[in-house]
Amino acid sequence: MQFFFEVLIGGLLSGVMYSFVALGFVLIYKASGVFNFAQGAMVFAAALTFVGFQELGVPFWLALLIAFGVMVVLGILTERIVLRPLVNQPPITLFMATIGLTYVIEGLAQGAWGANVRGLELGIQDEPIEWLMETANISVSKFDLFGAGVAALLVTLLALFFQYTRIGRALRAVADDHQAALSIGIPLQQIWRIVWAVAGFVALVAGLIWGARNGVSFSLTFTALKALPVLILGGFTSIPGAIVGGLIIGSTEKLAEVYLGEYVGGGIDSWFPYVMALAFLLVRPEGLFGEKHIDRV
Amino acid sequence: MSGRKIGEVILDLQNISLRFGGVKALTNISFDVREHEVRAIIGPNGAGKSSMLNVINGVYHPQEGRINFRGEERRKMEPHMAAMQGIARTFQNIALFKGMTVLDNVMTGRITKMKANFLEQAIRIGRAGREEVEHRKKVEEVIDFLEIQHIRKTPVGRLPYGLQKRVELARALAAEPSMLLLDEPMAGMNVEEKQDMCRFILDVNDQFGTTIVLIEHDMGVVMDISDRVVVLDYGKKIGDGTPDEVRNNQEVIAAYLGVAH
Amino acid sequence: MFYREAGQFKTTYLADQQIFPITQDRIGVLLILAVAFVAVPMLFNEYWIKAILIPFLIFSLAALGLNILTGYAGQLSLGSAAFMAVGAFASYNFMLRVDGMPILIAFVCGGLSAAVVGIAFGLPSLRIKGFYLAVATLAAQFFIVWALTKFGWFSNYSSSGVITAQEMQIFGYKFVTAESKYLLVLSIVVLLALAAKNMVRSSIGRAWMAVRDMDVAAEVIGIRIMHTKLLAFAVSSFYCGVAGALYAYAYIGTVEPEGFNLDLSFKILFMIIIGGVGSIVGAFLGAAFIVLLPIALDVMVQEWLHGIFPPSISSNLQLVVFGGLIIFFLIVEPHGLARLWQIGKQKLRLWPFPH
Repeated sequence: MQFFFEVLIGGLLSGVMYSFVALGFVLIYKASGVFNFAQGAMVFAAALTFVGFQELGVPFWLALLIAFGVMVVLGILTERIVLRPLVNQPPITLFMATIGLTYVIEGLAQGAWGANVRGLELGIQDEPIEWLMETANISVSKFDLFGAGVAALLVTLLALFFQYTRIGRALRAVADDHQAALSIGIPLQQIWRIVWAVAGFVALVAGLIWGARNGVSFSLTFTALKALPVLILGGFTSIPGAIVGGLIIGSTEKLAEVYLGEYVGGGIDSWFPYVMALAFLLVRPEGLFGEKHIDRV
Repeated sequence: MSGRKIGEVILDLQNISLRFGGVKALTNISFDVREHEVRAIIGPNGAGKSSMLNVINGVYHPQEGRINFRGEERRKMEPHMAAMQGIARTFQNIALFKGMTVLDNVMTGRITKMKANFLEQAIRIGRAGREEVEHRKKVEEVIDFLEIQHIRKTPVGRLPYGLQKRVELARALAAEPSMLLLDEPMAGMNVEEKQDMCRFILDVNDQFGTTIVLIEHDMGVVMDISDRVVVLDYGKKIGDGTPDEVRNNQEVIAAYLGVAH
Repeated sequence: MFYREAGQFKTTYLADQQIFPITQDRIGVLLILAVAFVAVPMLFNEYWIKAILIPFLIFSLAALGLNILTGYAGQLSLGSAAFMAVGAFASYNFMLRVDGMPILIAFVCGGLSAAVVGIAFGLPSLRIKGFYLAVATLAAQFFIVWALTKFGWFSNYSSSGVITAQEMQIFGYKFVTAESKYLLVLSIVVLLALAAKNMVRSSIGRAWMAVRDMDVAAEVIGIRIMHTKLLAFAVSSFYCGVAGALYAYAYIGTVEPEGFNLDLSFKILFMIIIGGVGSIVGAFLGAAFIVLLPIALDVMVQEWLHGIFPPSISSNLQLVVFGGLIIFFLIVEPHGLARLWQIGKQKLRLWPFPH
């Protein structure tokens, strides 16, 4: 039972990581209806930029600021060069464009910083929390707990931002109906730029935490793909959905690997989240928190 | 009306109720359609007219009620079943296949009648090639009938609205339906286009004996061309009868003019 | 000037429904075939045939498969490479385990196996659409590669799932030289392309496009959505499967499941976006483009940028150029090279007049 809890908690905490990436997807999807496949590449690019500048001797906070700046510029450029010309195209076209964007971002990031794996140090030790170890004999890493804490903070901030700021309200209006929002004078393109910048920020946070855990390398983009089943579970438009979906995917993936993996040769976490999401889709196509859609003819 | 004879009841809907979640779209509606007649469904926006057509050809499944079509009683229709039994349909917001030419759109209308199997089509032997030619003949008849020869090979996405509506009618007619459901065939048209469309509808009814169920907002048109009219308001039936009867129905007048009940 | 259809009046529907209704097109296609079958093996050296033409043909076939599913039937798939893997491994096993299995039959069986797997992973398309489906096809991509790696049976228990394709032999003739392999691949690709063209101009193709453009209307007309979508998955996977088998047997020789990764799936997707979504010619144009582009880039980096950038820049440059081109085509010419090809023909038809 102890072992079960350890696996579960480890899974939940890695699920938090997926949630981070999924959050970026949700933000962009909500505001612009674009399913941004490049979110994973953005995570990778953000982490790589941060590490790259740190290696050049730039202090922590400055590197963070620069990386954030780079992500904002990237977001603005994406809006200007990719999204604006594709306005009113079918969603699937936009989706394919973001696959193209993924390649561009990966190529640029690796071209600028090289392709070797780097470590990323945030100054938080990756060691078990002592009192949990003593009282319940369960090993939970401080670092993972820190990651969860940051996730909670980020979600709270985003929720407040959406709920109480003027930009947040405009964002919600845009998410509901582009044309209606436009007609009451909400500057659509400015809103999109802001959303891409915020998504870039979320990608940066995800990249830092993830990079510190597993190193910054190209494989980051693949792990980030796991955010897709998370979205299917949680629904494309729901921030709580992204979080809950991430936790479910993270925990079931680890549990499945530990308890089922041995029967089929292991490594099933490469596909288990997708198959689970798929099975889930067949039962509830709109996701846990998504809205049911009725075709009108 | 001229030579056609209105026959027996072929479609009978009884106590149809349809809900979407908590929203009632149709409440306990019964009405029937006789063979060869032009039957109109009218009502204000949101009265449930389109939902009614969707129930008839199985796009929506009502929670309650029975549908009897040509003596077969069922709880609900399925779209392709309706098509196989000769019910064709046009849509309020044109539902053409935008990436295909006019000819291909109309050819698609005959899909239930084409029998060549997959391999025959891939290798183009036996029935496959022959069928394409035979059905092309029928399709060209429909194209002639609706006077759209000149745009035969144009992708429908490039056509103006009025012509698109006509192509949609052609696609429905290509199936040689015994019953045709038309959802606002004249919406958004100018007077001339409306006259053309009226003529086509009456010709179809007259020449092929096709039973027609139509939704239309233009009262002049409805009263002119239909044999019987059913009136819906807020998902309920408030009137049913000949155009004259409906015109004098107090409840209908109230619904349309907003007189206090 | 010589590309005119004036004077060619169609007097029967049969003549109007020919595969290439314009006489000059028919002559053009025959010319291309003659060049491909006769002139190419004589004129090109082994490097060109082996490293460029054979992969070009194989990728054309895979792109054709994906184009049937995505371009015609409107179901986006990110797992084409996995279906290629199924074709390759299934053919290998049919050859391995059935005595005296003719190679062509093994390819067909490989394709059919891929079709069956394709139908299984196509089932979700009955309930979900768009990028939900795209994500679902990722399940196929990861699951199939994993299964082929983990279960030793598929690769006859070789380490990490590597298989070495058996020798190809038809009626005692051994396909060893590059030219002979090229001709075999070319024949298969031409036949399958012809079949695809026939399908998309028959009622099957119209049903696919109807489901793509407006599924509710398609259903109302009497098209059985389930049947139509699953058939698209089956045919598409069959094409990808045969392409995968050829990839193993006529191109690489030794393949592992990881060789059919997500990157390859994306590459095939890029081929149809650049070549032209919903076009048979487009699959070929796109494949040619994607096969030739890295070579051109390599040459460019080595010749012009030599010494300015490290050679490793080439692979990253490739990523940026690929991605950039995808975005460029989606914005500027969503119908891809095939559309440009058509516009060119249109211009030629009217030349020297502008309209």
